[in-house]
Amino acid sequence: MTLLQVDGLSVHFRIRRGLLKGSDDVVHAVDDVSFTLEPGETLALVGESGCGKSTVARAVLQLVRPTSGSVSFMGRDVAGMKGGARRRMLRDAQVVFQDPYSSLNPRMTVHSLVSEPLRANTKLGAQELEDRVLSLLEMVGLGTQHLWRRPHEFSGGQCQRIAIARALALDPKLVVLDEPTSALDVSVQARILVLLDELQRRLGLAYLFIAHDLAVVQSMAKSIAVMYLGQVAEQGPAAEVFSEPRHPYTVALLNSSPSPDPEARATMRVLEGDVPSAVRPPAGCRFHPRCPFRMPICEREYPAPHGVGSRMVACHLPDDFDLTQLGSARAGEVADVAH
Amino acid sequence: MATSSASMTTNSRWSDWRVRHQASLDETRYNTRVFFKDKLAVVGLVIILLTIIMAVFAPYIAPYPAQGQGESNLHARFEAPNAQHWMGTDNQGRDILSRIIYGARIPLIISFTVTAVIVIIGVPLGGIAGYYGGRIDEVVMRITDVFLAFPSLILAITFVAFLGPSIRNVMIAIVVSWWPWYTRLVRGVAVSLRERPYVEAARTMGVHNLLVIWRHILPNALGPVIVQMTLDIGTVILAAAALSFIGLGAQPPTAEWGLMISEGKDYILQQWWIGTFAGLAIFILVLAFNFVGDGLRDVLDPRSKR
Amino acid sequence: MSSATPSTHLPACDAGAPAELLAVHDLRLQFRSMRGLVKALDGVDLTLHDGEILGLVGESGCGKTITGLAILGLLQRPQAEITSGAIMYRGDDLLTKSDAQMQKLRGRDISMVFQDPLASLNPVFAVGKQIEDVIRLHTRGSRREAREATYRALASVGLPADKDTFKRYPHQFSGGMRQRVCMAMALACGSPLLIADEPTTALDVTIQAQILNLLLKLRGELGVAQILITHNVGVAAQTCDRIAVMYAGSVVEEGPVGDVLNRPHHPYTIALYECLPHGRTATDLQTIPGTVPDLIDPPAGCRFHPRCTRVMERCSTEKPQPVSVAERHSVSCFWAAEKAGIQIDARRAPQADEGASHEDGASA
Repeated sequence: MTLLQVDGLSVHFRIRRGLLKGSDDVVHAVDDVSFTLEPGETLALVGESGCGKSTVARAVLQLVRPTSGSVSFMGRDVAGMKGGARRRMLRDAQVVFQDPYSSLNPRMTVHSLVSEPLRANTKLGAQELEDRVLSLLEMVGLGTQHLWRRPHEFSGGQCQRIAIARALALDPKLVVLDEPTSALDVSVQARILVLLDELQRRLGLAYLFIAHDLAVVQSMAKSIAVMYLGQVAEQGPAAEVFSEPRHPYTVALLNSSPSPDPEARATMRVLEGDVPSAVRPPAGCRFHPRCPFRMPICEREYPAPHGVGSRMVACHLPDDFDLTQLGSARAGEVADVAH
Repeated sequence: MATSSASMTTNSRWSDWRVRHQASLDETRYNTRVFFKDKLAVVGLVIILLTIIMAVFAPYIAPYPAQGQGESNLHARFEAPNAQHWMGTDNQGRDILSRIIYGARIPLIISFTVTAVIVIIGVPLGGIAGYYGGRIDEVVMRITDVFLAFPSLILAITFVAFLGPSIRNVMIAIVVSWWPWYTRLVRGVAVSLRERPYVEAARTMGVHNLLVIWRHILPNALGPVIVQMTLDIGTVILAAAALSFIGLGAQPPTAEWGLMISEGKDYILQQWWIGTFAGLAIFILVLAFNFVGDGLRDVLDPRSKR
Repeated sequence: MSSATPSTHLPACDAGAPAELLAVHDLRLQFRSMRGLVKALDGVDLTLHDGEILGLVGESGCGKTITGLAILGLLQRPQAEITSGAIMYRGDDLLTKSDAQMQKLRGRDISMVFQDPLASLNPVFAVGKQIEDVIRLHTRGSRREAREATYRALASVGLPADKDTFKRYPHQFSGGMRQRVCMAMALACGSPLLIADEPTTALDVTIQAQILNLLLKLRGELGVAQILITHNVGVAAQTCDRIAVMYAGSVVEEGPVGDVLNRPHHPYTIALYECLPHGRTATDLQTIPGTVPDLIDPPAGCRFHPRCTRVMERCSTEKPQPVSVAERHSVSCFWAAEKAGIQIDARRAPQADEGASHEDGASA
């Protein structure tokens, strides 16, 4: 059974301008996003700021109410459920946030932090709680000596482990990881990724992995959805999307990500322009103002996602279009950039 | 440390407790050190403690306990400070020193009780308003706006005028006019904290909203609240004294500093001691609370140098 | 006044090599914190040549930002104390300069941009005015000339050089454009040296690519030499000519970027590269055992030795001196030197008199 199914999810926020300033502005944070996630797999949502990936995660966790569309978790429509039933069901979906320090209440000890989900949802006695907390800490590589200390006494990597231990407390089927390693150093990031990978294999967890770092995504995810300004530009098996991207934005994203191999310098291309605001998104295809291959139709009509092989692409360009042309479309660049 | 043996000795139970709470113990130790760095705060704390001792043990400390409680001695009226009466006597022949000592009781009782009640009412309300936002927030904020629009002293006077002059009514009056400040303070903190990841995490875990407020929002709002409280205690003392001064609070023959100032105001030029010592007492006590408040701010305010 | 100059790793001056613009020699720095004395820099050696981009790469706490601040004399005394070393800019030791002299230098000879452009700009002044102020501070000339120079500065960073841009306030720009404004401000007086401290960390990856391209353009067209401080190896690989890898307060390896990243010599550089997720699945990721040391009580000898997989006995008692293992490529490591068949001495402690002379020179 599909673990998570998101269909046509849209989340719009209203910015109140007050009584005297006319109509409210609407932020189109997420528009018509659909994807599925199977048990034990990792789906990555990738994109830059404002693309809506975090909002999608929040909608899945029911921290934010969808404006339209549906979120089905373990076969049941989450949005339709009320209070207690919804909460009970959501025990199976937990979250790890980006900033290890602000995701842990600074006044609580590690024991209180990791046991909080257990105290809120089960009736375990003090001893059982402590035993369970210890076994969770052990799973993430921490020990008894950490039990009674507070977050500020730990490093970023350790705090993230505490957050992971907490997320695992209720034996969830799905863990939403919202940029879990973006705030961490490279070597610490490696340890956390290795830990996450190991936990996934051991416990059969499914991950909804939100990230902007394509290299991290590539190492962790089986399938990936590239988002731009609230919509999915392209999604499919990660290996395919990376090796043969079909959307100009994916190409730009891949090309902009700096590779640590200095000899690969020739491929760094630059996408012009800024990420536009989600309040008044461009008409038609939202990427068209920055797209080097835009056509007149792109300004008028939103490209509905269509299947290309095992992928979905939202682009008007023909499926066999050669996107590597992007390499030569660099007006005004200094000639000796590549050497 | 996962011990469950029933044969634990008291010693190991105590050390176990110490381990479990080591984070709090370390923090308390650190905070005490920071607090004691501020010499004025320490002085203030000492003054407050002395005042409390004075108030509690008044019958044993005051040289003329009966007079302290109001009995007059018309033979010794208007005596200037001398060996038998270190602060002289008032227009009813009562020893001023004893009255000062007994007079410490009322400001302390009023200020602590009032502040406690205000915090109990105002803080949770602010937490709820800030956390839920929306309609609830609007309603609570508009109510506080209404109360804040009245000058607090006038509101207090009106209340007391309605209910009749007495210490209890003074306390009610101050509570009614003062609680909105705390609600506002906590609401601001709650609004800034509700978006924090650890609050969202708690909601994801299925923790009940009220419990989220209680466990995650309010403890982190405590810092500013405590600082505000210590500063406010001083102001409450002043307000209570002011109300007594104009006759709406403590009634004669009760010994109360504000009342003593009022009684002494007619004699200010000749028998200055009747009102002055009481005024000094208020001044020193309020100053002491302010110093302690500053010291606490150093401890609790994360933005000050740590 | 003498300055420590371990010259085993400096290139021999020949006619073809570019001139040395900035050289940091054995810089040691400590500062006081509530918990004790933090020995933040423990012998930093760097060289930057005219018109080149040097990457200063390392993880948090390695001292890269502090090195940048020390070069510009932006560290607060007396909390921060430079205990020894020299920072040679065009032959002058910056550590001997007075505050007034350093103030003249900043903005005109050496400039800096920081990670958060919003915090670097005054929110209540138009950006054009802020740039113009810098120009008028360092150059003589009429208002009109300063105005024109401002427009030129805006153009050099790829912003429209018009009145509209001039009059805008910082909050009206996007993150990437704000960073460009900061760079315009930094280069408005034609500084030959720019220190960029994590300039793209707060930016989206496509915007980051734009800014990195801009840095390359500034190097190529205007000949601005740069020190690019970053924790992102990819950013350094794509932008820098040479990189210096830092760990716990000193440079462990320095050389041409291709050499250092593809043929690393220092165990930390090797390990760091293997931690990168690029092209690896999570199961193949390597990690570095242990944690970054506490700089209040750092390990004796080589600070990396507790985590090093190739540790030798010497490493726990002596600190290695930088040695040259290839053309303009130096490493501070006993194991690496041995592997390359080079004799290496331990780094000697700074002389007592050097410390004293710096205190004299460094105070206003």
